[in-house]
Amino acid sequence: MMFMDWILHNAPVLILALPLLAAFATPLVGKLGKWPRNVFVVSVAVIVEALVIYLASDVIANGMHTYVFGAASGILLPSGYSVPVRIIFQVDAMSVFMAIISATVTLAGIVYSWAFVTDKQGQSKYYTLLLMMAVGMFGMEFTGDLFNMFVFLEILSIASCALVAFRISFSESSEGALKYMVVSAVGALFVLIAIALLYGQYNVLNLAAVGSAIQFTALDKIALVLLVSAFAMKCGAVPMHMWTPDAYSAAPAPITMVLVSASQASMYALFRIAFTLYGVSMNTGAVGWFIIILGVLSMFIGVTMALPQKDIKRLMAYHAISQSGYMLLGVGVGLATLGSSAFNEYGLTAMKGGIFHIINHAMYKGLLFLTAGAIYYRLNTRNLNKMGGLGHTMKWTAAFFIIGALAIAGIPPFNGFASKVLIYESVFRFSPLLSIIAMLVSVLTLASFVKVFHSAFMGPRLPEYEGVAKEVPWPMFVAMALLAAIVVAMGLFPNLIVDNLVTPAAQALAGRADYLNAVMGGA
Amino acid sequence: MIANIPYIAAMAMVVIGIYACVFRRNLIKVILGVALIESGANMFLITLGYRGLGSIAPIYTNAPATGNMTLPIPQALTLTSIVIGVAVLALMISFAVSYYKKTGTLDTRKGVLKE
Repeated sequence: MMFMDWILHNAPVLILALPLLAAFATPLVGKLGKWPRNVFVVSVAVIVEALVIYLASDVIANGMHTYVFGAASGILLPSGYSVPVRIIFQVDAMSVFMAIISATVTLAGIVYSWAFVTDKQGQSKYYTLLLMMAVGMFGMEFTGDLFNMFVFLEILSIASCALVAFRISFSESSEGALKYMVVSAVGALFVLIAIALLYGQYNVLNLAAVGSAIQFTALDKIALVLLVSAFAMKCGAVPMHMWTPDAYSAAPAPITMVLVSASQASMYALFRIAFTLYGVSMNTGAVGWFIIILGVLSMFIGVTMALPQKDIKRLMAYHAISQSGYMLLGVGVGLATLGSSAFNEYGLTAMKGGIFHIINHAMYKGLLFLTAGAIYYRLNTRNLNKMGGLGHTMKWTAAFFIIGALAIAGIPPFNGFASKVLIYESVFRFSPLLSIIAMLVSVLTLASFVKVFHSAFMGPRLPEYEGVAKEVPWPMFVAMALLAAIVVAMGLFPNLIVDNLVTPAAQALAGRADYLNAVMGGA
Repeated sequence: MIANIPYIAAMAMVVIGIYACVFRRNLIKVILGVALIESGANMFLITLGYRGLGSIAPIYTNAPATGNMTLPIPQALTLTSIVIGVAVLALMISFAVSYYKKTGTLDTRKGVLKE
């Protein structure tokens, strides 16, 4: 078992190194032809997924992994905190929880792209960038170093912006990509300035070291404002949401799905900053309420903007904004009650709901974007008014769409219901009004998706799509079936997920002392 | 006061950059704004390395017999940030070129996308 131990010990860095090396090897393998390259990329994604699950099982069973780069042998830091100038990966239950989402979504995206990406040029570069996106997400989720977080944020931004503009011959691609790039660049530079402010005071960049030294001075407050606003901008919360519909609708469908996961990586960074870096040293009530208000605004404005849309992917993009509001609401309630008795009564449950919603959202929203991509693949249009009668010929796509639409609206027995019930019940005890708004948004979501289903799949066959509207090729079918199976399975057995993944993740996020002590050595 | 001038200059650059990003409609000016924010952030980082007055740049051949050398971390951070910045700017400018080719203008209010 030596080999397996070695794998486990080095898993945090292997999960990054493997796709990073594979990304740059992809154009070379691409010289051999389409099949060898696709098999190569898919197998890398499968190996990474397996590594993530292996690491996750160990982290949840045995606690946090701390990987120190450049240590002589074994783990140096947890015992003797002597050299603060080291890059550290710190993988706790919340990190692996996010990594599972990123790995699964990347795998589904790559499988789907096998059939979906039929462009003459740049296919190998497409996979290179897609693997780079995975590297950026894993890096943000695993790192225990503030500057490292900035670097991975930029890797993620550059790769995703290039992919948003992948079909550069389309008119809206460059506009959406430019908008996303400006927002990402400004956001990332805010993060850099905030990191510089923290470095200037504490002379360390390690997240745990800064976290244990933090005083919450005026400069720390400025840094907090910069960090929260930058990451909220990157995760598409209202009122910084204007890039989301443009970027999401311009990107190819599998990329849109990975973009949702990329936004969630930024949301993870937001939570990590709020809970671990600042934690109870700041006024958690005020910051918690700020995140709650962002969440409620995102929920409500997102869904009302979605209702009149005619472009299917734009509509879904607004729903993505609206759903990320639920996560902000759930975790925001947890933050607002952190350190008080209310936290154990309902705050932790709200956090569980919010965190559970992250994985649910990644799965069903990914599935919905893939069905939109399937429709686009066959019909070459995203306009809902030009669609109709697809249920006759694209039966599986219609079935997957129903699963995704019912899940996003929170209808049992799909997974959206499980997390939304957790949020409703706990948030109701915090503030009944917020819970009522959340329920209203769910109803509006259902209304909007009923409209989409009606105009795309119902009605008579349209003569102009005779012979065109066929079922999708098998790789697209496999990717959608994978996500649909996860959606149904998580909806039928939510207890398994909540007990084994979500509760450890929520406790890891709330348990600031464990994260700090793992590096600072029990101080 | 005189020691604070670099901080003031760095933050002024950031503020001017944000102003350009928010209020200018010409894409090239927006990109210049991002470049200004980046320069301001880099300058801020470099300045942080010289908090103890009298220290000199961490270049080995330049090492003084006595006295302090600057901590090289901020310089390393700045180098990384500059490299990333080049990639970001190049990507943004290429998007702007593509936008100009499609619409014939760089003004985001006037640009009407052709089908």
